[in-house]
This record gives sequence, structure tokens and C-alpha cells, in this order.
Amino acid sequence: MAETSRGLMLEEPLIFEQDSPGLCGVDLPEPPLVIDRLGGLERQEAIGLPGLSEPAVVRHYTRLSQKNVGIDSVFYPLGSCTMKHNPRINEKLARLPGLADIHPFQPASTVQGALELIDLTAHWLKTLTGMPAIAMSPAAGAHGEFCGLMTIRAALEDRREKRLRILVPESAHGTNPASAAACGFTVDPIPATARGRVDLAAMKAKLGGDVAGLMLTNPNTCGLFEDEILEIAEAVHQAGGYFYCDGANYNAIVGRVRVADLGVDVMHINLHKTFSTPHGGGGPGAGPTVLSAALAPFAPLPAVVHDDRGFRLVEHAAQSGAKPCGRLKGYHGQFGVFVRALAYMMSMGADGLRQASSDAVLSANYLLAELASELTPSFAGPCMHEALFDDRFLKDTGVTTLDFAKAMIDEGFHPMTMYFPLVVHGALLMEPTETESKDTLDRFIASLRGLARRAKGGAAASFKAAPVHTPRRRLDETAAARTPVLRWRR
Amino acid sequence: MSKTYFTSEHEWIDVEGEIGTVGITDYAQHALGDVVFVELPALGKTVAKGTETAVVESVKAASEVFSPASGEIVATNDAIVSQPGLVNEACESTAWFFKLRLSNPAELNGLMDRPAYEDFVKGLE
Amino acid sequence: MRYLPLTEADRQAMLAAIGVVGVDDLFKDVPVPARRDAPVDLPFHAGEMAVEHRLTALAQKNLSAGCAPFFIGAGVYRHHIPAAVDALIQRGEFLTSYTPYQPEVSQGTLQYLFEFQSQVALLTGMDVANASMYDGATATAEAAAMACRVTKRAHILLSGDLHPHYRSVTATALQYSGLDVEALPPDPLGSEDLIGRIGPDTACVVVQNPGFFGRLRDATALAAACHAAGALLVMAVAEPVSLGLVKAPGDMDADIVVAEGQSIGNPMAFGGPGLGLFATRDKYVRQMPGRLVGQTVDGDGRRGWVLTLSTREQHIRREKATSNICTNSGLCALAFTIHLSLLGEAGFRRLARLNHAHAVMLAEKLAPLKGVRLLSQTFFNEFAVALPKSAAEVVEALARRGVLGGVPVSRFYPSYPELDGVLLLAATETTAEADMDALADALREVL
Repeated sequence: MAETSRGLMLEEPLIFEQDSPGLCGVDLPEPPLVIDRLGGLERQEAIGLPGLSEPAVVRHYTRLSQKNVGIDSVFYPLGSCTMKHNPRINEKLARLPGLADIHPFQPASTVQGALELIDLTAHWLKTLTGMPAIAMSPAAGAHGEFCGLMTIRAALEDRREKRLRILVPESAHGTNPASAAACGFTVDPIPATARGRVDLAAMKAKLGGDVAGLMLTNPNTCGLFEDEILEIAEAVHQAGGYFYCDGANYNAIVGRVRVADLGVDVMHINLHKTFSTPHGGGGPGAGPTVLSAALAPFAPLPAVVHDDRGFRLVEHAAQSGAKPCGRLKGYHGQFGVFVRALAYMMSMGADGLRQASSDAVLSANYLLAELASELTPSFAGPCMHEALFDDRFLKDTGVTTLDFAKAMIDEGFHPMTMYFPLVVHGALLMEPTETESKDTLDRFIASLRGLARRAKGGAAASFKAAPVHTPRRRLDETAAARTPVLRWRR
Repeated sequence: MSKTYFTSEHEWIDVEGEIGTVGITDYAQHALGDVVFVELPALGKTVAKGTETAVVESVKAASEVFSPASGEIVATNDAIVSQPGLVNEACESTAWFFKLRLSNPAELNGLMDRPAYEDFVKGLE
Repeated sequence: MRYLPLTEADRQAMLAAIGVVGVDDLFKDVPVPARRDAPVDLPFHAGEMAVEHRLTALAQKNLSAGCAPFFIGAGVYRHHIPAAVDALIQRGEFLTSYTPYQPEVSQGTLQYLFEFQSQVALLTGMDVANASMYDGATATAEAAAMACRVTKRAHILLSGDLHPHYRSVTATALQYSGLDVEALPPDPLGSEDLIGRIGPDTACVVVQNPGFFGRLRDATALAAACHAAGALLVMAVAEPVSLGLVKAPGDMDADIVVAEGQSIGNPMAFGGPGLGLFATRDKYVRQMPGRLVGQTVDGDGRRGWVLTLSTREQHIRREKATSNICTNSGLCALAFTIHLSLLGEAGFRRLARLNHAHAVMLAEKLAPLKGVRLLSQTFFNEFAVALPKSAAEVVEALARRGVLGGVPVSRFYPSYPELDGVLLLAATETTAEADMDALADALREVL
């Protein structure tokens, strides 16, 4: 590489380009001599892994980390992703040997604490949502959607009804139609009203004997509470369908609204959003899925049960006394993520979780109110935990939503979510969460107002050039896709 | 003498005798942005009007190309597979997608001519 | 409440700026019957000390692997994790970032994912790997679905030597997809005939190496038979450390390789989170699920990385996407990559040899015991033995003696009484010879 580092502007080659053949960063004993049992199936050729010492590896990944931003370093208002503070007590507890160094197939008598922890996490989630049952195994939000739709499909099969159409609002996240398709459903989009909510009349017109249910995000992807949700749920139920609520935005209502009171049959919860477990550069997450009594018998296995002999796992349908839809994931779910989420819930408590939702909604409405003069809100407030703007304020400036987002990076902020939801032109979706101080919000507001004025003032060229205060300028995504280079080669 | 027709899905078909040459319109390539990938049908495949026959992708969008008419695929333009950027440069000429031997030329009657298509596009803006 | 920075004065000022009296006004769109005026019936907030006390008490009710002779595997393996791995993955710039949607401020994540993809491709002997899936089981289901897209066929044949969770997850995930999943009976002896069951509609055969019951297989002939019939060979690897010693799936002509990456860099954590590895041939890359990082240049011509080939994914293709996956296992992939970088070629090879040598030692210590019959003639670091009594009861009896002595196969296959006596035993670099002797002594007492 011709690039050289200057000060904190670090240039870091690939690990493969730092190979000192024979070096090793781990000292392992010489293996004892044995007669191998490989049956002649030994790997012959070199694998091609580079050799480095421990300090070289530590420096490499430390330097890579310095090319990233996280919630720890900047305000990260990525709408729909709930980038809230990740408490370090969660990390500490998840590393206790009694929680990290235990195996999923140890005899139940040796993991009573782990089973109790899953049960306790389930208890908190069921109590907060008011739902009677929960499937703990889904690995992420989309996996929770899959779980919920799978239970709906299993319940319909059990009723011997052939209902294969799922209603999904046009504003839905892409995982919704993808999950529905993976369960063999066809997706029927329903339009939104000018108020950014489900068009109740249009939805009712689509209901029928072939409709399995409705998938609705609430608060919805426009950051609005579906104020006709009770009528929506009732209509779906009257038509014989189930109501799937996408819980991606549950952070707005924890402790203030019980999901059970909204007529919901099934909802997944993103522990990595609402319950503070780290996003980790894109996972791991967890998507426990709460279920109504009607769908509970169809929950996937395994399940933790408690009786006078203690806690144990039900891993097979024949032991369950129910009609489980199968198994969705290896082992017993994202246990390490449960530990972190439970530590967070206990830290916040029933009062703190309610306060967090209130603060998240307050902060989003503050952004909406304070930015309305320079940006263009898509819908009238109040919003819930995220504020949605569109690109009308950029009309005729030559600046796009993408340019605006890149300029925000130079101002020291991670951009908001762009171009989602699709129902709004050039969407800018901002989610401050409860983590940010008023000072940070005020600095953000001042910065965005300034950018908007600059854009309107004819500074398009500087927006097109942004970002400049970053390890890399804008990257050529077209070249990356036309001639994919997806791995290092010698 | 050939005649060109247009669909509301932004395909064009240029018909000469029993052979129709199909591509996407300038409006379509502009809406997609830089084209990075094209997938074409197999030679000899029979397609019905309105079915998904080819795929065109940019970095942020994927779009199906629907056949404007029924028939058998008799040629495909492999140049746009190896150089997808040609679609942005010459989508209504050399960057055609495939050629069809039309099985039902009467289907063409329902399509737009160029002035009608231009009006249609104006209505979208 | 230590995580909430707004003061009461801040809240009042913000409410005033919004133009409402109280926060309740912001929730006016919630239908009245659904509003809760008071906190739910759960404990109130607690300080760090109290939370730590409560969860430590739960942790202490578990027997952790480091506190007992430990021989459990079956898809989750106990390996030593160098301290540098955990220190580095806790850097906030990694831990608290999200999917690298903004490449200019995510080059750290993108570069390590590119390194991860490269390492996975090298280990498996394949052309290309994605940026990870949830775990080995879900990756297997995704691979089977992908094989059906590639071949436009519907029959999926699952070996009886494939991990039972991979089998059941695949069967569950695809049960409403119109595909035909055929799972052969459990196969502890390697007697199943896969080639004979390949038919004209077979999209793929899914095998595991090393097998669930421990046996190593050379799948080269199976791959050839699959290809002759127009089908793909999917190979699952539940113990990726084996790839340091055992012939790579790519060298056996596998078309898709899936693996559980937990073994490298990640704790067992009671089975989750895991790390799904997914690799294939260049020609199938557009049918691949999951995120992909690609190399490119920036506006100044400098090398950099971006997410690429996104049109396969749900946020663009929606119901036509190759998968519904969005979040994957980014941080687990980072741990994998750092651990593998620390090991390097020499260390990874030695680690694999150490695992195998310990397993051979264990087999040699147990085979002479009365009533113990070794079922796996070849193996890597885990093998199956047949016992004259219920393996589940033996494992319970061993646990009472403080030994975590393997997994009874009946835990996975309760409806196969012929497997009641079969026990899976694993040894890794962490297994000391004294532990092996403790197991042998305890087994002598129990059998």
C-alpha cells in the first residue's frame, strides 16, 4: 500500500498483508504424539492464514476500531435501529464463568441458574407486554417475524383453513414481506392515509376468508402510533385472521402501553434495540416473540418449564403437550443476549423503563418541533420515538438526502436513516432515543438547521464533496458491484 | 421498415418482420441509476407477454424486465452482461436485451407508440 | 436512573418548546383503554451492585465447564479464548456501532468483515463467503433453500449424520416453502446410502464433516454423484477447528459450505449467540443470502470497503429476497477473526492437532473399559461410544460425581431406543490428561 499514516489519520493494511510466516500470537503446547484417527483425510496444502505476533494483532484491530463510530463516540440517530447506550455492567455479567462458560447440553441439574435466567427474562418480557406466552429462541428481529408468522401458519393449519394472504402496509420494513414469503404467504400491500397511518377502509376491503393476518409495525415506520389500532385488530380478528405486530419500535411504549391491550396476537421484541444489548456492528441480536393464548400452543421449541423438581427444558414435541411449529434455531436461543437484556431491565426497573420510553418520545418530538422551521416534517406531530422528515426542504437545491446525510458526518454525527420508509420521498428518519442529553440534542438541532440553510443558500457543491473529515471519502459502490472483490487473494 | 412500441413498465420493442428486439427505456435506466448487473433469458426459451424475462440491477434497485410480447428467445445481448454500464449509455440502441420471434403479433396493438409513451412519462413526473 | 441524562428542568424546557403541558400529551394517539397510568408489576430500578448481586447468584447455580472435567460437544465446543480477543471486541467503536450503512465512518467494521470473509473462504476451501449468519443450524436451512433456487429443484436430502438441530431447523424453516425435506434416520455407523437416494428432483444433499457421530468422510465421490445428477453438495461443519487438520470441503468439491463458527473466539454461552459461516462458489454468489462486503475505492482513489450486491437482500428485493435476514452476528465474527489472526497458519494447525491428539488419548483411555465400545473408527475431536446401559443415566451419574461426561444421543433422538446407549464425548486443547483419567475412573464406577 502506498498510503502512509499521518498522526491519527491511520492507514491500515489487511491482516493478510502483514504476514510474517511462522509467527504466532498464541503459545500452545506441542501436541502429544498419537497415532492419528483421520483415516487418511488430512489436509495437505497450506490454508493461507498470515502469521502475526500478539502485539501486531492488537494494534491492527485497535487501529481498525479507530475508523469506526459507535454510540460511545457520537450521537447516532439511526431511525428504526434504536441506538441507545449499551451499559457495561451487561457486558461484565455476560462474561461471568457461570453464564459464559456453560454448555447447552449440560445436564439440567448443573444449569439451574441458566434456565432460571431464561425464565426470568421471559417473565419480564411477558409482564411488560401483558402477553401470556413467549418464544425465546429467535435470533434477531427478522427471525422473530419468521417465528410469529410460522406460529400463525401452524395455527391456521390446525384450524384446517387455507389462508395464505398476509396484509402488509407499504411502509413496512423489507424484512416483513421477506419473512412472509419465507412462510409461504403472499404479500398484499395496504396503502397509507395522508396522516401516515393504515388506511382502515382500504384494509377492511382487502379482508376475506383467505387472509391469514396483518403484519403491522406499531408505532409504525413513520414514527407514528396507529391510533385506529383497536379497530384494525378487531377487523382482522372478525375476518378470522391474526394480528402480527412488528415490535421494532417497541422502545417508544415500554411501560406505557401493554401490547396485549392492543389486540395483538404475536409480536417480536428486538433485545438489541429496546433492551440495550449492543448492536456489535450488525449483531448478534435476539428476537424473543410474545404470543397470545390462541397462538401459544404453536410456539417453537425449546421451552423452559418449572415444576417442583426445578427448571428443565422441553426439547421435543412429544414432551410438550402442545403443537409446536418446530425448532427455529440451534440450542436454546441467544442466551448471552438474554443476560445483557435482563441486566438492563433490572437496572431500569418498571419505573425506569417507563421513564425511558417517555424520554425517547419527548426527545423525538423536541427534534420534530425544533427542526420544523428548516426541514420538512412528513406528518403532523406528535410523533412517537422517531421524527420523520422528507426532502421537500431540499427541492431545487441540488442537494439530495444522501448528500445531506454525508454532510452530517462532517458535523460529527452519524446520519439518520435515509430513504426509509419508502412511502416518503427522500426520507430522513431520526431516532434520538432516551440516551441523549438536551445539550447534544441542541447541538444537533443547530447543526442541522445550519446545514439546511447552507443547502438552500446554494452550497450544493460542498454537500456533494462531503464527507471530508473521515478516513475515506465517498466510496464507489458501482465499481464494487460491477466487479465484485469479496475476499483477499495473494 | 421497423416499428417501435412501448410498455407502461418502461420496456421498448422494435419489431421488424417476425422478430422483436427488446430493451429498457431511457426513463428506466435513469430511474435505476448506474446499472451493475444484467441477467438475460436462455436462448430458445418461450416467454409469454408480461412475464419476467430479464433482470436489471443498480446498486440500490433491482427490476424485472417484462417481455412486451409472447414468443421464443432467439438472441441475447451478452455485451450488456459483461459491461452493464452500456445500459446507461445506449439503452435504446446497442444496449438491447433480447430478441424474440413473435408468436402473436396482435398483442402489440395494446402497446404505446413513442408520442403516447412520452406523454405517459410526462404524467409520472 | 444512571442511563437517563435529561434533568427535570430539561424535560420541562423541551415540553415547552414542543408546546404541550406534559409527556402524556405526546401519547394522545394511544387509544384511551390501552394507556397505562402506572408502572407494571415488576421491581423498580436498581444500582449496579444490586443487579450484579442478583445475576451472580444465578451464575453460581450453574456448574461452569472450567470447574469440572468436561467432555461435552455436539456442536458447541469449549476452547481457550486468548484475552486479547475479548479486550478488542469490547472497544466501543466495534461494540456500539451498527451495520455499516455509512461506509465512510465504518471502515473498521467493513475491513474486519472483509478479512472475516477471506478467512472463511480460505478455511473452507471455497471461493467466497458472506459476512455471517445467525448460527450453523439456520445457515444450513439457508443453504438448502439456496440450492433449490440454483437448481430450480425441490428435493433436499439430509444425512443422518447431520447435527439433529441443523436437521430440525431446516425442516422447520422450509416446511411451508413447498420444498421436500427428506431427513434420513440417525446414522451412527456411517451405513446410509446417500448416492442411491439422489433423484431427478434432488436439489442438494446435506452432509456434515466431521459427522455428528464423529466419523470423518471424504465426500468427493458424493460430490461427483451430486453433480452428475445436477444436484449440489452442501457440507456442514459444526467444529471449524477441524479445518486445520481435516481435508477442506472445497477440496471435496462441495458447492456450499455452512459452519458454526462459535468454536473460534466465542464462548459457549449456553449455546447462543452462535456464528453462522456460509461459503460457496463464485458462480452462485448472487443466490447467496446475507450481507457481503466488497473492496472498492473512494473519491480520492484510495482502497476502501462497502456493503455490496445488496439487491439480493430484503431491504431492496422485499418478498423476492434470497433471505429475510438483516442482522447477523457481526461481533461474533469479529471475535472469530481476531482469534484466527492471533493463531495464524502455524497456531491454527497446531490447535487442530492438539484437539485431535487429546481426543485420540481420550479414546485410548476409554476403549479398554469394560462395557465401552468405540463406534467412530475415524474422528477429529469428538467420537461416539456405545454403553451397555442408558447413556442419559450414565451422564446423570457422572454429573453427581462432578464430571460433565458428554451428551447422550437420546437427548436428540428419544424415539430411537437403539440409540439409548450411545454417548458423544469431545476433547479439546482445554482437556487435561487428569480430566480424562477422572472420566475413566468415574465411568468405571458408573458402568
